[in-house]
Amino acid sequence: MSEAIRLEGVRKSFDKLEVLRGIDLIVEEHEVICLIGASGSGKSTLLRCVNLLEPIDAGQIVVAGVDITAPGVDVNAIRTRIGIVFQSYNLFPHMTVMRNITLAPTKVLDLSIEDAKDRADQLLDRFGLVDKADEYPDRLSGGQQQRVAIVRALAMQPDIMLLDEVTSALDPELVAEVLDVIRELATGGMTMLIATHEMGFARDIASRVCFLDEGVILEQGAPLQMFSDPKEERTKRFLQRIIAAGRM
Amino acid sequence: MSVGGSPDDEVDRLLEEAGSRRSRILGGPGRGRPEGRRAVWIAVVSTVVFFTVLAVAIINAPGWLEVKEAFFNGEQFKESFPSIARAFLVNVKLFLIAEVFILVLAMFLAVMRSLPGPVFFPIRALAVGYIDLFRGIPTVLVIYTLGFGAPALGESVPKSPFFWAVVSLVLVYTAYVAEVYRAGIESVHESQSAAARSLGLSRWESLRFVILPQAIRRVIPPLLNDFIGLQKDTALVASIGVVEAFRQAQIESSATFNFTPFLATAMLFVLVTIPLARFTDWLIARDRRRRQAGSTR
Repeated sequence: MSEAIRLEGVRKSFDKLEVLRGIDLIVEEHEVICLIGASGSGKSTLLRCVNLLEPIDAGQIVVAGVDITAPGVDVNAIRTRIGIVFQSYNLFPHMTVMRNITLAPTKVLDLSIEDAKDRADQLLDRFGLVDKADEYPDRLSGGQQQRVAIVRALAMQPDIMLLDEVTSALDPELVAEVLDVIRELATGGMTMLIATHEMGFARDIASRVCFLDEGVILEQGAPLQMFSDPKEERTKRFLQRIIAAGRM
Repeated sequence: MSVGGSPDDEVDRLLEEAGSRRSRILGGPGRGRPEGRRAVWIAVVSTVVFFTVLAVAIINAPGWLEVKEAFFNGEQFKESFPSIARAFLVNVKLFLIAEVFILVLAMFLAVMRSLPGPVFFPIRALAVGYIDLFRGIPTVLVIYTLGFGAPALGESVPKSPFFWAVVSLVLVYTAYVAEVYRAGIESVHESQSAAARSLGLSRWESLRFVILPQAIRRVIPPLLNDFIGLQKDTALVASIGVVEAFRQAQIESSATFNFTPFLATAMLFVLVTIPLARFTDWLIARDRRRRQAGSTR
């Protein structure tokens, strides 16, 4: 296995608030890393930094051997290799599902319309959305919208997927359909960095679980060990709160 | 276009205002149902009674005959109307030509003003300066200054008052319309551009394909509102000797000392603005229906 992402001493502040305070993390190819931690612990910011949606203040992010935080890198080219899916779907409301998916492949990868549509059709078929191709996002359920958002990211054929609490905005009965999609991606060997509150899901799918606390990775390990025998006091307390809230 | 409040609020407020105007006029929902039909009858009877009383009161008022003679003279109307209607075509030409330039230039200006980052500060400053300047100066002053001043600059400068009338209207209305566009651009949530950029689209591509199409859709009603304003302001170019409807009415009126030609002119302006105003209302209502349909999934 080779290294997909390496983060070294990544720091990020918003004004006076220091959100990331020195993150070190290595993600191997085909690994699925779940980031857990309380709201505000820096999970989302970390993902946005890896996608270069937020510039970092200090440290280094290396993707497939290339320092993507070095000055003068082609930001757009890097982003085509790293897909990100957001909590609030962020589909383009003025475009059909098909156009949402084919926009970037045609404009960024210079695919022909036909090729982009073929690619989109295959993905929609794989995730049971073929009949939604001509719908507008507003006409879809939250779960369907989020699956389309995942397909939209996959259509760029990225090496890495970043998932930012993709089920947090969904009604409980719609969570499963989205998690199934992610599970399938994991089975297919996709390298993924997943911020999530779904502990049961993290336990099932993760090759490694990282507990973020106040801007640092306080503890990491195999899911079984992390959930049944955490070393750090703060990890224990966080997991107890989750169990008390009935989320695990 | 006020200074206070976020642009988002501003757009919503404009939409709201225009929407409620419509429902006030039509008396709100309820037409068609049995109690609605009764409401229609009450409205009809009350309207007929009200306007009959009003008409009787006006006609019997002292001085009505003098007013009628000066403003509602049928003979004068018939005589002046054809020439005024012909001159009104100049107004139509003015606002149609000006509107095309306004829509394009204002978009350009709004995008300039929305450029992020410290590098683009001078561009932003230029755009803000332009908008502040031309929103502040009375339109008639711009028309007068350019219409009489610019042709005196030299041989190579166009002399046509019509040309300078178009230039003046474009300069002033571009400033207004740029602010409408900007409100639209800023009303599109930041997450849309994050999603576009995360797919590898450049800043320009995400503006072009994702942000602007949504922004323009939202500001169509306020844009049409400004278009109505532009139509009316074409009468201001009479001040530099362009013979349009208002100027023609002045000519007709000064020959006979009768004011009926002005009434004819007013009628023409109203005739073109009313369909546009109703069209704007219809767009707002349709937009609201769509948004509501979207939220009840």
